[in-house]
Amino acid sequence: MNMITITIDNQQISVPENSTVLEAARNQGIDIPTLCYLKDINEVGACRMCLVDVEGARTLQTACVLPVTEGMNVKTNTKKVREARKATLELILSNHDRECLTCARNKNCELQTISDDLGVREISFPGESIVRPVDTSSPSIVRDPNKCILCGRCVSVCSEVQNVGVLSFTNRGYETTVAPAFERGMDDIPCINCGQCISVCPVAALREKEEIDYVWEAIDDPKKHVVVQTAPAVRAALGEDFGLEMGTSVTGKMVASLRRLGFDKIFDTDFGADLTIMEEGYELLDRLQNGGTLPMITSCSPGWVKFCELYYPEFLDNLSSCKSPAQMTGAIIKTYYAKKNGINPEDIYVVSVMPCSAKKFEADREELSHNGLQDIDAVLTTRELSKMIKEARIDFLKLQDEEFDEILGESTGAGVIFGATGGVMEAALRTVSEVVLEKELESIDFEGVRGIEGIKEATIELGDQTLNIAVVHSTGQASKVLDMIKNGEKEYHFIEVMGCSGGCVAGGGQPYITAQDRWTKDIRQERAKALYGEDKNKKIRKSHENPMIKKVYDEFLVKPNSHKSHELLHTHYIKREKYTL
Amino acid sequence: MNIYRSHVLICGGTGCASSRSDKIEEKFNEVLLDKELDKEIQVIRTGCFGLCEAGPIVIVYPEGAFYSHIKIEDVPEIVEEHLLKGRIVKSKLFKESFDNEKIKSVNEVDFYKKQKRLALKNCGVINPEDITEYIAMDGYLALGKALTEMTPQDVIEVIKDSGLRGRGGGGFSSGLKWQFTANAEGDEKYILCNADEGDPGAFMDRSILEGDPHAVIEAMALAGYAIGAKQGYVYVRAEYPIAVDRLQIAIDQARSKGLLGKNIFGTDFEFDMEIRLGAGAFVCGEETALIASIEGERGMPRPKPPFPANKGLWGKPTLINNVETYANVPLIILKGAEWFRSIGTEKSPGTKVFALGGKINNTGLVEIPMGTSLKEVIYDIGGGIPEGKAFKAVQTGGPSGGCLTSDFIDTPIDFDSLTALGSMMGSGGMIVMDEDNCMVDIARFFLDFTVEESCGKCPPCRIGTKRMLEILEKITEGNGEPEDLDRLERLAENIKTSALCGLGQTAPNPVLSTLKYFRDEYEAHVHEKRCPAGACKSLLAYTIDEEKCKGCTLCAKACPVDAIEGERKENHIIHQDKCIKCGACLDKCPFGAVLLA
Repeated sequence: MNMITITIDNQQISVPENSTVLEAARNQGIDIPTLCYLKDINEVGACRMCLVDVEGARTLQTACVLPVTEGMNVKTNTKKVREARKATLELILSNHDRECLTCARNKNCELQTISDDLGVREISFPGESIVRPVDTSSPSIVRDPNKCILCGRCVSVCSEVQNVGVLSFTNRGYETTVAPAFERGMDDIPCINCGQCISVCPVAALREKEEIDYVWEAIDDPKKHVVVQTAPAVRAALGEDFGLEMGTSVTGKMVASLRRLGFDKIFDTDFGADLTIMEEGYELLDRLQNGGTLPMITSCSPGWVKFCELYYPEFLDNLSSCKSPAQMTGAIIKTYYAKKNGINPEDIYVVSVMPCSAKKFEADREELSHNGLQDIDAVLTTRELSKMIKEARIDFLKLQDEEFDEILGESTGAGVIFGATGGVMEAALRTVSEVVLEKELESIDFEGVRGIEGIKEATIELGDQTLNIAVVHSTGQASKVLDMIKNGEKEYHFIEVMGCSGGCVAGGGQPYITAQDRWTKDIRQERAKALYGEDKNKKIRKSHENPMIKKVYDEFLVKPNSHKSHELLHTHYIKREKYTL
Repeated sequence: MNIYRSHVLICGGTGCASSRSDKIEEKFNEVLLDKELDKEIQVIRTGCFGLCEAGPIVIVYPEGAFYSHIKIEDVPEIVEEHLLKGRIVKSKLFKESFDNEKIKSVNEVDFYKKQKRLALKNCGVINPEDITEYIAMDGYLALGKALTEMTPQDVIEVIKDSGLRGRGGGGFSSGLKWQFTANAEGDEKYILCNADEGDPGAFMDRSILEGDPHAVIEAMALAGYAIGAKQGYVYVRAEYPIAVDRLQIAIDQARSKGLLGKNIFGTDFEFDMEIRLGAGAFVCGEETALIASIEGERGMPRPKPPFPANKGLWGKPTLINNVETYANVPLIILKGAEWFRSIGTEKSPGTKVFALGGKINNTGLVEIPMGTSLKEVIYDIGGGIPEGKAFKAVQTGGPSGGCLTSDFIDTPIDFDSLTALGSMMGSGGMIVMDEDNCMVDIARFFLDFTVEESCGKCPPCRIGTKRMLEILEKITEGNGEPEDLDRLERLAENIKTSALCGLGQTAPNPVLSTLKYFRDEYEAHVHEKRCPAGACKSLLAYTIDEEKCKGCTLCAKACPVDAIEGERKENHIIHQDKCIKCGACLDKCPFGAVLLA
């Protein structure tokens, strides 16, 4: 790589020629504030917070997108620069709902942070602010245009990363707003509920629809038997909200805190993941052996499933008929568990804690019910759980580790890695290989499907059959793979798709990561490490070896893909219209 | 081919077309046919003559008789008297064309005398819908010359040597732009024409496309040859239907004559072009927003660098010039850089087209050599201020420009002198203001436009212009506070340095220039709650002079909001809290008793 020399704040430095001024400065330890900027996702130079003074330039320049040139002389901290940043920030604040104390992003708002950092103490340019209705129509996402600062991060992530593109700038000038087409409700557009827009929003303009109050209400109701289950990715990130390093696994503390919150039983969605592997593994074998539709594509990710229903309905037969692990767990709780413990299923209230906002949509799907009862009653995101822990004044860091409850608390390493891209595939391969080969695998670490590369491919020898498999994450990458299959460029037997980039660990319900932190760390990798670490330490690492799974089949389900399984653990999909008039 | 003894040129520009010049043309054809003169006299609908104030315009050659404000019913008389009997119809001539019993031809009229028409040379001269007329005016000769006698670099060198600067706003060297695009690495390159003319009142690009579309096509082909592009796009607003139609006709004709397409002039060079319609957003005149719009994205600018020369349409090296800039190119190639440099000033060679508007007698389009003074344009060409009022200021550069006072009326017009004074050339809007114009109100008016037209991408423009407008409204409504002026200035300076694109960066110009040159007017509004020009309604008060009032009650009857009280034959009074300052009482009072202060 060619290096060139530039000067920033009187320091002469040598930088790669394809750097931006922002990269060059930060690598030199000179920070430049940013607000709209999100590495690799939203590099548009809109918010003007990163303005710097470049010798010879007529106006101030945006460091985030300005390429370095040989001999460039940059000043990042002059009176002109400070004044311009501050004046612009005051303008942004002048049209922002500044009710910080009651805001969902209080204390973790990037606008709040930068306002403090830049020393804004008054709004010099007050004026009219437009008050618009808050859209709460979606079961997953609340859109509050009064908080929106038009940074465009959500627009970019939705269209560029997810290939969904339901959010865009509408109207012009002061009336500009980020909204769906014709300012329709979030529930009235082809949104896949993935919540990546929430993850990248620096303020509270996009946030999850909170269900905390319903959960408290259930806990407080003595008639209700409140059961909670937690998805694998939750444990990999929850600690971040309590100041722990990214990638710290907090399974034991999480269980302890749930018990303190008053849940009657604390189960692990990992159990459901093991169950999914059994059902999905046998479904794959059946498709392979009996000429079923291939490739089979995983169906654990509700955002991905909705994406497929909306944008690639021709692939609906390819989707595994398996419900997601959380829904399977819910179904088992309200049938097998209820019966075994003599509890009326109507009195059971199942809460699932998920790294995901699409799970709120999934839980509402009519077909995910049994005998008129939904499998899941309430879905909390990881962020909502940490809010409840804080509200209950639980000193999370001081909690002693505790164990999940019997019997749906037992899980394997295979179930844990479901939370990261490649995890479902790896877990499935561990089981399917052993079932087909009828002997124990020497190595169960399928490294080829791990990691954050957009599309991962591998070939697996399975007896006399060679399986072509692919692992993709983000619906944007999924579209690419599906397009290639449609064009005949690719042929696979089995594909894992997770709706969010990196898989559930980076889902739309996980703790907020600021743009500044995303600059230095890849959250997808850091959080995945926690899960793979946990997998490594598990005594049992293959789903079919989970004794509780065996027990459930023996006592209740009979065998994978049995009639009972189909009744409780499998589902169907519907082609959805994108926009209905 | 017919030889005609007379030619009747009828303006088909937008202004005259709106006054139904097409019907006048029909009438001429009808009457001439009736009189069996149709083989002797040719009727031609041309592009814009420029003197829109006098429209619909008909010019009869060879005399150059300049008929103005022509109606359909005037046609038989002109045919009978002038075309049949050879007697010019003096009563229908443009006022200045018939002076002291002397008839002046169109070229002797002051409005045209001081002009130098290069970009507009064929406007009002040829039928824009007939390629042979353009060819007869040496059209496509420059392209032929370039393709057969010059290398692409030769063409660029001529443009560089000519000193041609972009006529769309910034005045950047066109030759350098061509060179950068030629040098840029890329398998494909594009030529774009910016015809998204958006300044209110400016219509030079429209007139060129309507009156001489082939000049733009030829220039774009020349540019394609110079930089190595095969495809061009003209981005023109859909509100210019005549321009769009004529340009499409011209493209089709050029294609059918082999002047667009493959093997142009028998060489290996190929070039073709298409029209892209814009929806009329001012910001789409900004080149990166224009490119986004062609790509099907929302018309929002992006930061530069990278410049379009390196990364333009679909990420490819792209040359983008505006219509007027292109219109100069064939002439420069044909007549040489030296010839072009002999016109205008050293740093700003050539001419510039201005759209004259506001308080000026000859509203219209003028093309003058650079270096002509504001005074010559306003008084000699523009005919001065109507109703003998005093000149107060001139706004150049449209809503992004600045207001200049009478102190600067001798300023020679070129890119750099206007910028030095805090205004700009822009695309060439020139709006004249007289003593009745309040400068605070003028700044408010222009801000109102930029607020509407901001794309909304960056906060300084999206919110900053709105806040400036709010402060200006506050001041013109009489609620201004002393600190508002400092606040306005601070805001304006910050927007200028921190907005993303040219639109935002120049939006404060009307505010800053009026604050600089007319601060006393601002102060009068703020400190004395007085509008010196008497234009800001909220600061006016209508009162009744007790001495003069006869108690006739006419004013009370005229008042739409019952703000006037008084018995018959007794003094009337106006309740200020109710008065909406419509002025109805002042108009009605037969005794001059209603006062405005």
